[in-house]
Order: sequence, then structure tokens, then C-alpha cells
Amino acid sequence: MFTYILRRGLMAILVALTVSFGTFALFHYATDPAQTIAGEDAPQEMVDDIREQYGFDRPAAVQYFDWLGSTLQGDFGESYFWKQPVVQLIKDHAPVTITLALASLSVTILIALPLGISAALKPNSWVDRFALSTAVSAQAIPNFWLGLMLIILFAVTFPIFPVSGDATWRHFVLPSLVLGASSVPAVMRLTRTGLLDVLSSDYIRTARAKGFMGYRLILQQAMRNALLPIVSVLAVQLGNKLGGSVVTESVFSMNGLGRLAVESIFNSDIPTVQSLILIFVLTFVLLTLAADLINAWLDPRIRMG
Amino acid sequence: MMTTDQTMNKSGLTATDATQEENNLGLSPTMAALKRARSHYGLKIGLGILLVMAIFALFAPWLAPHDPYMQNLPLRMLPPVWVEGGSWEYLLGTDHLGRDYLSRIIYGARISMTIGIGAATIGMIIGVTLGLIAGYYGGWLDQAVNFLVTCQLAVPSLLLIMALVFVIGQSITVVIFVIGATHWVFYLVVTRSATLRLRELDFVAAAQAMGCSKFQIAVKEVLPNLVNQIMVIFTLEVAVAILNEATLSFLGLGIPSPIPSWGLMIAEGKQAMFFQPWLVILPGISLFILVIAINLLGDGVRDVTVTNRRN
Amino acid sequence: MGSEMSTTSILDIQNLSVDIPTDSSTLHAVRGISLELNRGETLGIVGESGSGKSMTALALMNLLPPAAKRSAGCISFEGSDLTHATEQELASKIRGQRIGMIFQEPMTSLNPVYSIGRQLKETMTLHRKVSESEAEKRAIYLLEKVGLPDPASRLKQYPHELSGGQRQRVMIAMALMNEPELLIADEPTTALDVTIQAQILHLLRELQQEFGMSMILITHDLGVVSRAADHIAVMYAGDIVETGRTAEVLEDPRHPYTQGLLECVPGYRGTSQQRLGAIPGIVPAMTGTISGCAFASRCPRAADICKTDTPPTKALQQGRYFVCHEPNIQTPENTANTAREAANQTPEDSALKKGEPILTVDGVSCTFMVRRGLFGKRKPLQAMDNVSLTLNKGEVLALVGESGCGKSTLTRTIMGLQKPDSGSVTLNGRRIENLPPMERARMIQPIFQDPYSSLNPRKTIGEIITKPLAVHRIGSRQEQHAQARRIMELVGLPTRVFNSYPDQLSGGQRQRAAIGRALIMNPEVVICDEPTSALDVSVQAQILNLLLDLRDEMDLTYLFVTHNLSVVQHMADRVAVMYLGEIVECGDRDQVMTDPKHPYTHALMDSALSISPGETVPDPGLAGDFPNPMNRPSGCPFHPRCPLADQQCREQAPGPELIDNTLVQCWKAKTSGSQLKS
Repeated sequence: MFTYILRRGLMAILVALTVSFGTFALFHYATDPAQTIAGEDAPQEMVDDIREQYGFDRPAAVQYFDWLGSTLQGDFGESYFWKQPVVQLIKDHAPVTITLALASLSVTILIALPLGISAALKPNSWVDRFALSTAVSAQAIPNFWLGLMLIILFAVTFPIFPVSGDATWRHFVLPSLVLGASSVPAVMRLTRTGLLDVLSSDYIRTARAKGFMGYRLILQQAMRNALLPIVSVLAVQLGNKLGGSVVTESVFSMNGLGRLAVESIFNSDIPTVQSLILIFVLTFVLLTLAADLINAWLDPRIRMG
Repeated sequence: MMTTDQTMNKSGLTATDATQEENNLGLSPTMAALKRARSHYGLKIGLGILLVMAIFALFAPWLAPHDPYMQNLPLRMLPPVWVEGGSWEYLLGTDHLGRDYLSRIIYGARISMTIGIGAATIGMIIGVTLGLIAGYYGGWLDQAVNFLVTCQLAVPSLLLIMALVFVIGQSITVVIFVIGATHWVFYLVVTRSATLRLRELDFVAAAQAMGCSKFQIAVKEVLPNLVNQIMVIFTLEVAVAILNEATLSFLGLGIPSPIPSWGLMIAEGKQAMFFQPWLVILPGISLFILVIAINLLGDGVRDVTVTNRRN
Repeated sequence: MGSEMSTTSILDIQNLSVDIPTDSSTLHAVRGISLELNRGETLGIVGESGSGKSMTALALMNLLPPAAKRSAGCISFEGSDLTHATEQELASKIRGQRIGMIFQEPMTSLNPVYSIGRQLKETMTLHRKVSESEAEKRAIYLLEKVGLPDPASRLKQYPHELSGGQRQRVMIAMALMNEPELLIADEPTTALDVTIQAQILHLLRELQQEFGMSMILITHDLGVVSRAADHIAVMYAGDIVETGRTAEVLEDPRHPYTQGLLECVPGYRGTSQQRLGAIPGIVPAMTGTISGCAFASRCPRAADICKTDTPPTKALQQGRYFVCHEPNIQTPENTANTAREAANQTPEDSALKKGEPILTVDGVSCTFMVRRGLFGKRKPLQAMDNVSLTLNKGEVLALVGESGCGKSTLTRTIMGLQKPDSGSVTLNGRRIENLPPMERARMIQPIFQDPYSSLNPRKTIGEIITKPLAVHRIGSRQEQHAQARRIMELVGLPTRVFNSYPDQLSGGQRQRAAIGRALIMNPEVVICDEPTSALDVSVQAQILNLLLDLRDEMDLTYLFVTHNLSVVQHMADRVAVMYLGEIVECGDRDQVMTDPKHPYTHALMDSALSISPGETVPDPGLAGDFPNPMNRPSGCPFHPRCPLADQQCREQAPGPELIDNTLVQCWKAKTSGSQLKS
């Protein structure tokens, strides 16, 4: 198991390196960081000064490894645009995104799992049809538009929840609903088909022949098997949500990592973009690793082969 | 050539087979799928809506009542006809620049469909090719492709699209290529796993024994078996691409103004959404209907092409 | 009648039907059957696939798939009618409690994520108020009973750590946890290897006697029922066509289907390489009503009345009846004779043509690296160890072995699809790896086991059969098509399926198409890899007949891989026995089959269940299970299971040795014969 985690860890590092290098190359060749720091209307001499001062005239590879070196020492550099340490920026913006991601994941789980399970228990019943039509509709609603509709509804008609900002827990209710709803179709469908597969398996027939039925059959015999694919998909979904919910954050004007990332892209703020991408990639890789480990714990076949 | 015994036995057999099988010989896979399609409501509804929208998209210049770019500031922010103050001249009202909203929505269908189909095609070409390579050839190629997938999945896709569009520049072509180039993982995963499964089947071994090359087997034996699944993914990816474009345009990094993209129209209408909510509602509903129709079609195609082998 | 019956019969089914609605029509899987099972006895339900035998078993405890509908006059189990029992009552009082069930697929019938200890114990704790430790005691006791060594430590193991045979033993123990009065075994040994099959059947019989259970044994294998069942019910197209005491039914079959089925079994009547009495055609569609007799379309004796009127049930005595119009009554001897006469027209002198070696396998070894589990390391798996083999022109060499013995790796190597680590394969005097693919394809062609996976579902039959010609650009399109039609006629495929897809054909027809594809290049050698093991008995007979005809006609040489010893008896000139990647014995068929030298061959022959009513299931006397090829034993790989093994066998691997014209790899080969018999 140790070698396995080691192998996955190496993979994660390799992915992070590749992606960060890709990002660096993209911005290095397409934008001029010196100009960014100096500002749009700065005189040419000032831009040249900055270029020399920051070492932007050195070869790209040198600059990249320079950045890499200091990042490895925990120094994420200073933002070109906000003119403050990137670490501080991330510290300021992360809580909003993490709260939003976890809250919306709970929304997803609370809607998708019960719906998927009840659909699988009674295929072709009205519950099943309702679940499937919910999935098809939710899949077709543009996320940002759903947000706007809720804003219209709650700002004007039912002013219960605030529609902009991230100051209190109430601010997170609507965004979590919107973001959570976006994952419902995928998770619901997977729960349904996964459980249907398990329920039609030979070992469930064996369990029924042993006298299992009803909730015991589901909870004590089927659930653990059906959970395997769900764990994987939830990890991916959480990863996506932690990777900056750009749309939700901007619709509801929340200061999360997603908005930070968008604004750094717009302003060619390479250190901030680089650091954010690095964090997103590592989060994703760690989450999928965690999902695999949970699945290995759930399923002895994965554990021992 | 045959002995009398065999002739007797085999012709006897063939005769019974014939009387037996005349009724039993089922439909060919394509005919069976078409037959199932005829009684599949979701598929029929999806296809119907799509056909109507496709006609509007194709013949927009003839079907749209006005020029979608024509500004008419005195008539700005007209409400739709069913709201007080609406006019029959502008069925769905006008936007903040006085452009006819119905015409812009009809032209918007064009943009959405072009981008959806274009991006899904590019994704398909990348994904299926890589999937076949990874699944059929395996080895280090598989590992390399696997690495590429991990990289692609690890980066938040909307951020990646935005960064690429920002750096390359905003235009319809760029949006198509960028969305296509970031949405191939689904094709790849399905193609790869189906290829891995098919590779183990005996008809591939039979082709090897015939002396077929790996490339011949991958393209002529394996690929035809993937067509149904790829078709299903294609429809779903068209829907995803349309939503992505709308999101991108809504955030101001997609289709440049004044081209009538539904996402952009929502962004423009957002300023006035508390007073003229239809400016946001109408393009949103159009998007919803288009995407739901595509998804119904995709789900339907999946339902009717799934064959229960061996029953 | 009533009072007397209730004391002897434990189960009495009256008029049971199972219908499964599909998209377009309703499938009548079971059509109003009636059955009776006496206390302490075994009832064998025999039938081919689609006959409704498994549905019957599932219907008893209402374990049918959700869509299926059961309707029954009465299922009387120990006096209570199960048709009126609610799901709740069935689950809490009957299932796993008074009726235990064992299924066909041991690999998938146990829950993969729970330990077998948990799965055993919960069967008991679910139904009774017993402590965990009591349940554990019972589980250990039963695991010991079913012959699993070291039962206490087994409890912690997971299903995937056990072999198929071991899992089936666990399934049996699980079914016995609550001492059921009735055990239903649905094809309990079909997925298992020959030696394991004999072990499991033997075990079932022993346990049945010890616990005084009644048993329903569902199988397609006439050999199995002939030895393990007291009564037989023969099912065809959802109906019971004949029933009675095992010996009476098998020795004096009255229904033409039972008679035909028996004639289909290789080695049941007549000697080898004769034509088998195949039942023509295929099982009728199970949808819609059947007018007249369901078997009429395939019945050699069918008269007009058979096609129009429902046949009557004719009772010969208490519990012995058959359902047939009996047009133009013939005794079974007569049919057997006509079949035999027809068969004798084929000259049986093919053995004379034995000639030069056409294919030589010389010292071939092959090792794979395999990773097990997510966290595992790669380990070597030796699939073949120094295998040598010669195939002579015109002969049928049977390659026999259990799953995992390396048969497939050997055939792949012979076809040049797998590169061996060492050793060589020579075909017609040329090294196989030096042959260009095209020449190789013209000399050697395969026929595979599963006609569902060997034909590309996206190609028409015509495309599939002409494919070899197309690949090698032989002839024009018209010529290719003409050639394909000739071949289709030769293999007995109606030419109107030329443009059909494989899904539209029956299993037997697909196998004919696969044979056609293999023969269109006119190869010298055909590798038949279990070509009939996925087919029903009656279809198997058709295909075996065809293969023998084609060999004579096209001058073919077969390497015939199979695990079915009656097929070996029927087809082979010579036999090679493979065990854990080695050929342990190779020689003339009669020599090997009647006087085996290697203890493994001996056990294999002992495990073969020919149709012999009255005889018991033999115990092959092999210790343990087929070992995991990953952990190959040192010395002679067979020593852990061998009754004759001693110090030398454990330490040194024996080399091949020629005894009585038979090549044997065994230290005890010279003396084994007398020792094993005693």
C-alpha cells in the first residue's frame, strides 16, 4: 500500500509540474508581465525597468525554475496586480470557496442520493420517472441562469436570503443550492444505475434466497457495493467545486478562489494564476487518491486483488 | 462433393431450419433500433423540438422578423406582446439598444448549434483517437494518455477555457476550438474501456489469426462497435458545449458583442433584470429547451441502441 | 390419496406457470407444470437452455426477476401453500430457513465486499435468536463438513481469495446453516472443472444423506442427473415432457425429446467418431401460445396431429408419465438403430490416414507478469513450462485440462499470436514466427468457444465469412461471395442469412458461421478451442458431427481443446493432458482413457460422469483444489494433490518418459496403475 501511495504521489507531482509549466508557458508567451505590473499607461522606460528588475528578460525556463524553486520553499511570490503576497490573497479567498464547496456537496448528496436510491428500488415507477425527469431538466438548466432566477425570486418576491456577498451563513444558502443542483444529475444517475446493477447481481439473489428483504437487503447487502462508484464521483465533484466555482461566485458576488482566479487571468497576474492552478491540481489529485483509498477500504478486491 | 449421408442430414436440417427460422430470424440491429425508436417518446419529443429549432437556425435570415443587429433606441426595452405595453411588431420585445429580441433569439439558436456541434466534433476526434490508441495498443501509450487525462481533469475546465480564450482572443472559432479541445475526456474514457473489453473478445483473436494488422483491427473491427456509444456521447457533449459557450459569453469571455449569443444576451439583460425580467428569462428558456431536447435525444439514442445480447 | 401422499411428499407443485412480459410480447418461461418431490429424495430437473428449469426453481420461493409473473394452482411445501405466502412470510419463515438454495455461478453468487464468516453467520442470526459465537461455531462446523481445510481461519477470508470450487463449498455451507428441509441446487457444478464437479456432487449427496434433506437438482447434464437424482423431470420449452424414476426414464425413455437428447450425448451409445443422433433445428420461441406439441417441429416422428392438438399426458405408473401423441409408436431401440445405421454409413477409417507430423511444439515456456490488487506488486505467472507436442496430419488431438492450466496460452502460441519465452513452434517444417501472417492464416485457423464473442456483432455473416479472403485480397468480390456461399452450404448454414447479423442467428448457427470463416482459407490445421462447450447438448451433437464430416472432406487436422471427456472419447485419436502449464500425459486415446499412467489423468477419468443410472458420483480422490497458477508448487506441480506423492515428488520435477507409447511426466508412472486402482 505504501508503494501505491508513493506511486500516486509521484504521479500527482508530475501532473502538477506539467500543468504549472503549461500555464506558465501560456501566459509567458501571450502577455507581458512587466506591462501588467507597471499598469496600462505606464511609460516604456518604467516597463523596461521593471522587466530588468524582476528578471523577465531571462529565458523562460530559468524564470519557471526560479518560480518553482521559491514555491517549493513555500514562497508563492507576490501578486503583480494586487501587489500583495499571493499566500495572503489565497488565505483571504479560500474560506468562502471551501464553505461553498462543502455546503453545495451536502446539497447534492441530500437530493441526489435519496432520489437515486428510491428510483433504483422501484424502476419504472412514478418515483423513477420523477427522478429521471429531474435529472434531465437539471442538466439542461444553465447554472448561471438558475442563479439569476433565484436572485430575481428572492430579492424581489421573497426577500428571505441575501442575494449578494458572503458575510453570513445566509449568504451561502442560495449559492449552495445553485452549485449543488449542478451536480445532482450526474450523481443521481450514477446512484440509480449503480444500485440497479447491484440489485440485479447474483449475490443479491443469494441474499434474498437467505431470507433478506426490504431495508436490510439494501443496507446490509447492497449499499456497500453501490457506494463504490458514488465515492469516486463525489470526489470528482468536490474537486470541481473546490477548483473555484467561477460562475456561482460571480453571480452571487462572492469573494472566493474562483473569482480570484478569473480576475488574475484577466489581469495576467502570473504568480497568482500559477499558485491557484497548482493548488487546484493538487486538491483534485489528493481527492481522487482519497476516493481510491476509501474504495479500497470498502472493497477487499481492490485492497488485496 | 458431399457424401449422400451428409446431403441427407444437412438438407434435412436446412429444411427444418428454414421453416423454423422464417419467422424467427429477427430484425437486423439497425432495424431493431429504429423499431424501438418509434415507440420512444423522449426520443421523438427531443428530435421534434430539435428539428424545429434547426429549421429556425438554418433559415434565420428568412424567418427572423427583423435584423438582429438593427438598433432602435427610441423603442428600447419594449416588453413582449403579452405584457402591457408590448407590440405585435416586436413579439418578444426589444433589448436595451432597441434590437428585436425574437430575431436575436432566432439567430442565437444558430450560434449555439454551430458551437455545440463544432466543439463536440473536435472533442470526438481527439477523444476517440486517443481512446482507441490507449485501449488497443496499451503499454506506455496507455500510460501517456492516462497522464494526459489526469492533467486535463485536474485543471478546472472553465478556468482553462477562460484562460485560453483570454490569451488567444475572443471569436466564434476560438470558442469552438477551445471548448472542443477541453472536452474529450468522456469520449476517451468510454472508447478506451470499450476497446479494452472488445480487445479480449474472440472476434479480435480471429482477425489476428487471419493476419490483420493492429491498425486494421482497431479501425475495422473495434471502431464499428463503438459507433452507438460515441453517438450518445456526442449528443451529450453538444449540450455541454452549448452550456459552456453560454456561460463563457455570460462571463464576458465568449462570443464578442454584438453577435446574438444567448449567454451574452442574458449578461446584457442582467443589468435590468429586476425591471425587465424577460430579458433574462427568454434566452434562458431558449437555452433550456434546446439543451433538454438534445439530452432527450441522447438518452433516447442510448435506450434504443442498447441491445441485450443473448437476452 | 391425500393422507398417504402428505407423508411421503415434501413438495407438491400443481400447474405452475411463469410469464415474463417483454417490450413486444410475453415470454412463457414455464407453462403450467406439475411436480412432486418425495421426502429425502433428489429430483433432477433436466433441460437445455431456455427450457424453463431455472425459472421453475426460482418460482418456488418467488425469487424471480421483478418483471416475471408467477401463477400457480398450488405449491404445497410440507402442507402449507407457498403461493399464498406473502413476501414477508417467505423471507422470514421459508427462504434460507426451511429451503436453502445454491446457484450456478460461485464466482458471483457471494457478496464480494463481505467476509465469508459474516455471510455465513448472518444467514443464521437473521432468522434465529442465536449469539454470534453460536453462529460462528455452526459456520466452522459446516465449513469443515463441506471439506474446507482450516475452517476457523477461513471465516476472515473474502470470496475473491477462494477458488470457484471453494466458493461453491461455502455456498453449500451457507445454504445448510439453518438445517433446511429442502435444498435447491441450480446447476451447482456447471461453472466448475471436471474434478471439482465430481467432488461437489459427491459432497452434496453425502450431506443430503447425513442431514436427511430433500433436494432439487437442476442441470443440463444428463450424466450428472443419472448419478445424483432419484427422480427425473425432463423439461422442454417450459413444459415437463417426461418424468419418472431416473433409471426408468434413462433406460426406457418414452418421449422423442428424451430419446433424442440421450442420442446426442457423445459416448452414450455407439463408439467413437460415429455420427451422433442430433436433434435438428432449435428450441421454438417462448413467446405466444404453442399449438400442438412444442417439440413437433424438431420431432423425427411428428405427425399432423402433433402440430394441431395438445399432446395428452400418459401415465405408465405412479409418478412416471410422459406427454406425447406417440404417433406411429416406435420403441427406443428402433430409433437408436436407425440413428446408428445412418451413422455407420460414414466410413470409420480416418485413423488410417495418420501421417507425418504437421505441427511440432518444442519445449515452449511462457511467463506473464501479473499485478494483483491496487497495492500489489507484479508477480510472475508461469503459463507454460517446457511444453512439447506433435500434431500429425489428419488426426484429432484432444488437449484436456482444467481452467487455468495454460490451454489458451498454448493455443495462442501455436497460432503465432503469443511469443513464447523459449522453445519453438514449427508448422509444416517452418518456424511459426517466420511465417508471414498471410501464409500462417492459410495453414492454421481457430474456432472459438463462444460463438457470441467470436463474431463481430456489427458485421453481416457474409462479411464475416469472406473477411479472410478480403484481408488477403484473394479473388474478386463476386468470387469471394461465391466461395462464401459454397462454404455456408458446406457448414449447413442457409444462404439467406448471408446478409443477416450474428444477433439474428441461434448459437448453433453462429458456430457454423465461425467454422465457415475458419475453413474458407482451406487451412491444414484447425485449432478448435472448446467449440461446443457454450452450446446445448442437442446443438453440440450437430456441431461435432459437422466437424468430423469436414475433417474427412477437407483433409483437416484438429487440435481439439476441451474439458468434456465424453467429447474427447467421441472425437479424439490421441489425447494430451495438461496440468499447471505442463503436458503430464500424452498418448493414444484408448490407452490414456482406459489405462491412465499419470495420477492426475487417473483422477480426471474418474471424475467423468457418463450416463449410468444407479451408479453413484465417484470421489476423484484428489486432495484440495486446482492451485493458483501464481503459486506453482515446487517439484512435481501435482504433488500437493497427488495420493501417491512422496519426498522425491515434492523436491524434484519429473521429466517426460515414454511408457507403453504414452509420454508421461511422473515419478510413479510405472507403478501408478496398480496403486491407484487399489
